[in-house]
Amino acid sequence: MSSATRVARSQQAQSEQVQAQLDRAAAAPKPNSGPRAGQAAAREAVDYSSYRVVAAKHPWRWVGTAVVALGVLAVAWSLGTNPRWEWGVVAQWFTAQSVVNGLVETLKLTAISGILGFVLGFILALMRLSASPLLVSVSWTFSWIFRSTPLLVQMLLWYNLGYLYEKISLGLPFTDVRFFEVQTTTLISQFAAAVLGLTLNQAAYSAEIIRGGILSVDQGQLEAAAALGIPAWRRSTRIVLPQAMRAILPTAFNEIIGLVKGTSIVYVLAYSELFYTVQVIYNRTQQVLPLLLVATLWYIVITSVLSVFQYYIERHYSKGAVRNLPLTPLQKARKFFATHAAVPTRRNF
Amino acid sequence: MTDTLTAPTATRGLVEITGVRKSFGATEVLKGVSLTVEPGGVAVIVGPSGSGKSTLLRTINHLEKVDGGHITIDGQLVGYEVRGDRLHELREKDILKQRTEIGMVFQNFNLFPHLTALENVAEAPVVAQGKSREEARRRGLELLDRVGLKDRADAYPRQLSGGQQQRVAIARALALDPKILLFDEPTSALDPELVNEVLDVIRELATSGTTLIVVTHEMGFARDVADTVVFMDQGQIVEQGTPQDIFSNPQEPRTRSFFSKVLEPAFNI
Repeated sequence: MSSATRVARSQQAQSEQVQAQLDRAAAAPKPNSGPRAGQAAAREAVDYSSYRVVAAKHPWRWVGTAVVALGVLAVAWSLGTNPRWEWGVVAQWFTAQSVVNGLVETLKLTAISGILGFVLGFILALMRLSASPLLVSVSWTFSWIFRSTPLLVQMLLWYNLGYLYEKISLGLPFTDVRFFEVQTTTLISQFAAAVLGLTLNQAAYSAEIIRGGILSVDQGQLEAAAALGIPAWRRSTRIVLPQAMRAILPTAFNEIIGLVKGTSIVYVLAYSELFYTVQVIYNRTQQVLPLLLVATLWYIVITSVLSVFQYYIERHYSKGAVRNLPLTPLQKARKFFATHAAVPTRRNF
Repeated sequence: MTDTLTAPTATRGLVEITGVRKSFGATEVLKGVSLTVEPGGVAVIVGPSGSGKSTLLRTINHLEKVDGGHITIDGQLVGYEVRGDRLHELREKDILKQRTEIGMVFQNFNLFPHLTALENVAEAPVVAQGKSREEARRRGLELLDRVGLKDRADAYPRQLSGGQQQRVAIARALALDPKILLFDEPTSALDPELVNEVLDVIRELATSGTTLIVVTHEMGFARDVADTVVFMDQGQIVEQGTPQDIFSNPQEPRTRSFFSKVLEPAFNI
């Protein structure tokens, strides 16, 4: 007899035993004393359906919860009652015209350098993955340089580019032919220097993120697409990128959120984004902490909004990667109310 | 509509492999392999792992470039074109066009996980053959019906069992209406009870007039379906012939020793 049939036989025997036990349990009268009664009737099957289930107790969980709740309460209390936070001043400046203007500049810088940075990063990632050694080394060197110099230095360098090169011109290299020539200082405004610095720095980081995402896609996917005769561009955009996005998105959003706050470094160029604006205000009014709080609260608001976007975008790209899509918070809430509203009619608790 | 797949045409899909060599680094995995598969024929390639079966299969649609020798399909060179006395490697675009005539089914299915079953099947006809979305969808549903999965058209691959995924992969390969279908160990990644549902689909294709080249470890399937069984070992074809010849009367000692290991004692021809 093969081992497989032996296993099958013993399984059958077991299930017969179980069935016999069930039959006996059905025939026997319900046990009405405690669980000990079952022990006494040695192998007799016991029907536990009439017992009440008591959940396990977790006393330390309650202690931990209490301690943390106390801590949270203390922080909230001090925030609310310590007059030196000057919440009145915070409220006064939170929506002031100059602060809102600064906020708009911050968002503008984030959006422009974020988009340009990721587009350039995508190109750099493709270069890095190409078969040409020159493209690979140029891409590698770019990332190497921009990741190893402080953003602050890059920013100042771009702003002072006029010192290194007085004029910027477009023409044929190694000849005197010029189509277009301009003073560097007129071309590189504060805004241009800021965008240039943030974009190039962002591109260096996002190139690595995108490359990592592309590498995470199984090689078989590319082979299958190639075997089906799907053209190269379509292979990247339709097959590889959507799958790479799952690996790219969490880190990419990390980067974007870093960029939102990273824009504050532009204050060295005296560019009036959110952080520089509040600095200007508190230098005049001396209300340093409340104004820093204004900037902080706005950064929190931006980050929160981005996190919501992140949730839904990640959910979109998890299509097919998970068996069932997780419910959105809205769907969860609906389900919660639907099931809880229905409890009295559906169950007899 | 004329269904070229169910009407046995058997006039297209002649595969001629001549002296093909291929090395990976210092290891020569194909040592001058020659094989002819007639239009509409079913060749099953068997042999121990590492014998070069899969590599040979992958050279047929130019997923692997050959180092020597050549492959033609209906007389047309795969991956190269003759100009004067030289073979010029084809541009990517032309290779892709050739590949649309050669369907391939992989061991690990390689379905696109972010596309539904129907989207998997309908993708290539649109982008590689320029069919309309509507037509590709309609044809996709027909093919899914043919592999018994019409009702799972909107499921994502991870929502399907292994056998179902492989059947979708077969439908996907059929969607381009290929002359030749290559199967690279199509049942090796499947649980034993799912193997037959996939083999049944391939068995049905064997009578359709499409040329099939199948690498497999399923000896029973090879015996039932193949016109030609090819035994490969160490990068060479050791022996080939009808299933009858190969299984019941192998000539070469290597063939005999391989079958003595893989065939159960109770296996009767």
